[in-house]
Amino acid sequence: MSEKIVEIKDLYVDYETDDGIVHAVNGMNLSLEKGKSLGLVGETGAGKTTTALSIMRLIPDPPGVIKKGSIMVDGKDILSMSIKEIRALRGKYVSMIFQDPMTSLNPAITVGEQIAEVLREHDRKMSKSESMKRAEEMLRTVGIAEDRIHDYAHQFSGGMRQRVVIAIALACNPQLLIADEPTTALDVTIQAQILETMKELRKKFGTSLIMITHDLGIVAEICDEVSVVYGGRVVEHGTLEDVFNNTKHPYTEGLFNSLPNINNRTAMLRPIPGLMLDPTEDPPGCPFAPRCAYATSECEKSKPPLITFSDTHYVECHRYKEPDFKLQGRD
Amino acid sequence: MSTNSKPQVGKKRSRAAETWRRLKKNRNAMIGLSLIIIIIVVALAAPLFIDYETQVINQNIAERLQGPSLKHLFGTDNLGRDIFFRILYGARISLLIGAVSCLICCTTGVALGAIAGFFGGKVDDIIMRCFDILLAIPSTLMAIILVAAFGTSLFNIILAVGIPTLPQYVRIARASVLTIKQQEYVEAARAIGATNFQIIRTHILPNCLAPVLVQATLRVATVIADAAALAFLGLGIPEPTPEWGGMLSAGRAFLRDYPHTVLFPGLAIMITILALNLLGDGLRDALDPKLKK
Amino acid sequence: MADNILEVRGLKKYFNTPKGQLLAVDDVSFTVERGKTLGIVGESGCGKSTTGRAILRLIEPTAGEVLFEGRDITKISTAEMRKLRKEMQIVFQDPFSSVDPRMSVGGIIAEPIIINKIIKDKVAIEKRVAELMDIVGLAPRLINSYPHELDGGRRQRIGIARALALNPKFIICDEPVSALDVSIQAQILNLLKNLQKDMGLTYIFITHNLSVVNHFSDDIAVMYLGRVIEKAPAEELFENPIHPYTKALLSAIPTPDIAPKKERIILRGEISSPINLPNECRFAPRCNFTCDKCTKGIPPLVEFSPNHFVSCALMDEQSKTKRTVF
Repeated sequence: MSEKIVEIKDLYVDYETDDGIVHAVNGMNLSLEKGKSLGLVGETGAGKTTTALSIMRLIPDPPGVIKKGSIMVDGKDILSMSIKEIRALRGKYVSMIFQDPMTSLNPAITVGEQIAEVLREHDRKMSKSESMKRAEEMLRTVGIAEDRIHDYAHQFSGGMRQRVVIAIALACNPQLLIADEPTTALDVTIQAQILETMKELRKKFGTSLIMITHDLGIVAEICDEVSVVYGGRVVEHGTLEDVFNNTKHPYTEGLFNSLPNINNRTAMLRPIPGLMLDPTEDPPGCPFAPRCAYATSECEKSKPPLITFSDTHYVECHRYKEPDFKLQGRD
Repeated sequence: MSTNSKPQVGKKRSRAAETWRRLKKNRNAMIGLSLIIIIIVVALAAPLFIDYETQVINQNIAERLQGPSLKHLFGTDNLGRDIFFRILYGARISLLIGAVSCLICCTTGVALGAIAGFFGGKVDDIIMRCFDILLAIPSTLMAIILVAAFGTSLFNIILAVGIPTLPQYVRIARASVLTIKQQEYVEAARAIGATNFQIIRTHILPNCLAPVLVQATLRVATVIADAAALAFLGLGIPEPTPEWGGMLSAGRAFLRDYPHTVLFPGLAIMITILALNLLGDGLRDALDPKLKK
Repeated sequence: MADNILEVRGLKKYFNTPKGQLLAVDDVSFTVERGKTLGIVGESGCGKSTTGRAILRLIEPTAGEVLFEGRDITKISTAEMRKLRKEMQIVFQDPFSSVDPRMSVGGIIAEPIIINKIIKDKVAIEKRVAELMDIVGLAPRLINSYPHELDGGRRQRIGIARALALNPKFIICDEPVSALDVSIQAQILNLLKNLQKDMGLTYIFITHNLSVVNHFSDDIAVMYLGRVIEKAPAEELFENPIHPYTKALLSAIPTPDIAPKKERIILRGEISSPINLPNECRFAPRCNFTCDKCTKGIPPLVEFSPNHFVSCALMDEQSKTKRTVF
């Protein structure tokens, strides 16, 4: 039985704002085995980023409040640790990279220095020269020439900057890397390069990965498992095979149908009607019901139960209580 | 990846209503606003219950330099005039100077700044260099020079304290215009066939309003302070017109034994300027880029 | 004889920067048939947005001709151009910054009508605005709402309604869905497609997203560093990409399926700086198939097969035969 690197149970996170309480995360359950990679898929406002930030207690409080739930990283209870203990974990056990490399990098110090800083932060005994040597190694590992160690962030292009960010994130060889839309701002050919680099690094270091994205193509590229998030909860979870070839939840089906099919160019797209749930509302029933083509009156009245299809595949949906219920299938 | 897809949480409101809501929450700004309203009301109502000739101008040596009492709320000055009534009337003068000077200079400055920002190039250079020179001279000094040169009529004083504030309006308007010019909606306006004039009028000026409004509120305060300074130095509106700075100056000689002659005019100036600053700061916060999510 | 509503010939836009000349758009030519859609694809820095704006003279072209219904619009006066704007419109990428935040939905849509004095009567204007809102799928109650109260998808519909207000014949869609969530993207794309059918519109669809452009366009032009390096009907481009860049671009798209994929082409390095470009094939520094001809000047666009144009030195040699090295 492999160990879990991260396990989130029943997490609730609210943002208390002037205009009302935003229920960003509503009972999130997530778990990942060591060495594996999980794709966290959903649209804006689904609660993916909030969940990820919670893992390292990076949610600003106020206005964000973790109301309920537990988060375990490598067996350690994150929510009961002090900030000092959490800081020791950040960078060393869990690293996070974000969408915009320019705002993640310090424009005033060289990239080499930024990598070295992280190394020395977590190993006080390391000397400056040794940390710079290790920084050079990291640059080489992510595919940047070592002589660029004395360059500043603005001297790199978008793709290269993101590589630097990855180098910083992996410098201390963390067990878990959380990547929040790391390639969305990059051109598609550069994105291919970065994904390739990430795959190689994962193989080399055995890092577990949580990849947050709205792009199902990226998930297919780099992830072993998928959690589809809607309204602050996981509505479907499974292996790639489960979710891509055996889609169960209507929202997941809707996501696939919204994508232009590169193999069938003229078919009309079948978008999901309506809009994402307003996060200040807390409906009694399934959050997806108003937009769901398969919804019944029960769906609006009570929260959907967890239905398991296999060891790996589960869904939250009322309709699967009926033995014969099937989705219409994708194009 | 869209970060703007989520609809703004909350009820539907126009920008102005949103700003007012934010302003209401700021206690200091509300204090400032209330004080200003009181001062304005008092200033406007003064002639209704105070007879200018008898109560403000008329000297009554017999009652000179009396301390505050029920008959004379703030006491009397060295010529026996009731300080309380003089201060109420003085409010009219100060506010008049503040408002008119602000109005003239604000509109002129914003127009020039908008032209400089919108058209750029040589036009921009010429306008900006002129106002850079103005900026280099301290405002009070410039006011003194102008009044000394052109005399102390009310209109001259209004201009003298106003002109030093022009560069700020020009700069702010120009900076706003430069930023707004780059916005895609200005390009969109061009794409639907708008002329330069239509673009400036419909899109650029309204969006400049916010920082200009803040600046105007704060400038009224400095204008009132400068006008008081001028009066203090003897360059203000000639006696017997009651002006706060002049009253301050006249009371200087009696400071040791009759401090009330200085205290009340001083307080009046201080409270007005404080109120304007509180309101101006509150406006700035309420109009903050927080609004532009 | 095809009815070409738009013909672009040798379009150039150069910027003078302190570091040298920036060739944003360098000799771009294409035609667009009435009622059809031309997709222009490329990554950042390829000049596609600049091309779109230069066509509408929102940016003044440095050289070249743009013939709209046979008339060269680069040479006409600003006043005349303003009149022409009724026929050529644009939908912008960012639904947030392309509408004035101080104006209501109704005001934004009415503005082109008022400015161009199409309708003078207030009541009639309101009616037209309501009509337009209905066409793009905006609920009538939103007429007095402000853009910041609405989500990206609805804001983009405002932009589309504004573009339609003048009854144009031709619309440039500059990345109209890139800033939107996936499910909203699909709604907007369907809307644009239906409008084209109902109103006989011609589109130029600018994007970096290849799956979307494939779905939406009749013909596609691929741009790299200011030049068109391949142009073909959409289906042909995807089935038979010739240029090494096009091939790499197509192989880089992550597809949402888990079938075993063929080897992905990973390009070396990054896009070169567009300043002071040398006189050689723009793609040469990153291409895996260069020969010595590639650095001796820019290869012209050659018609490889009917309607399929490629700009590649290796194509030049054997223009009608498919090179086996590819």
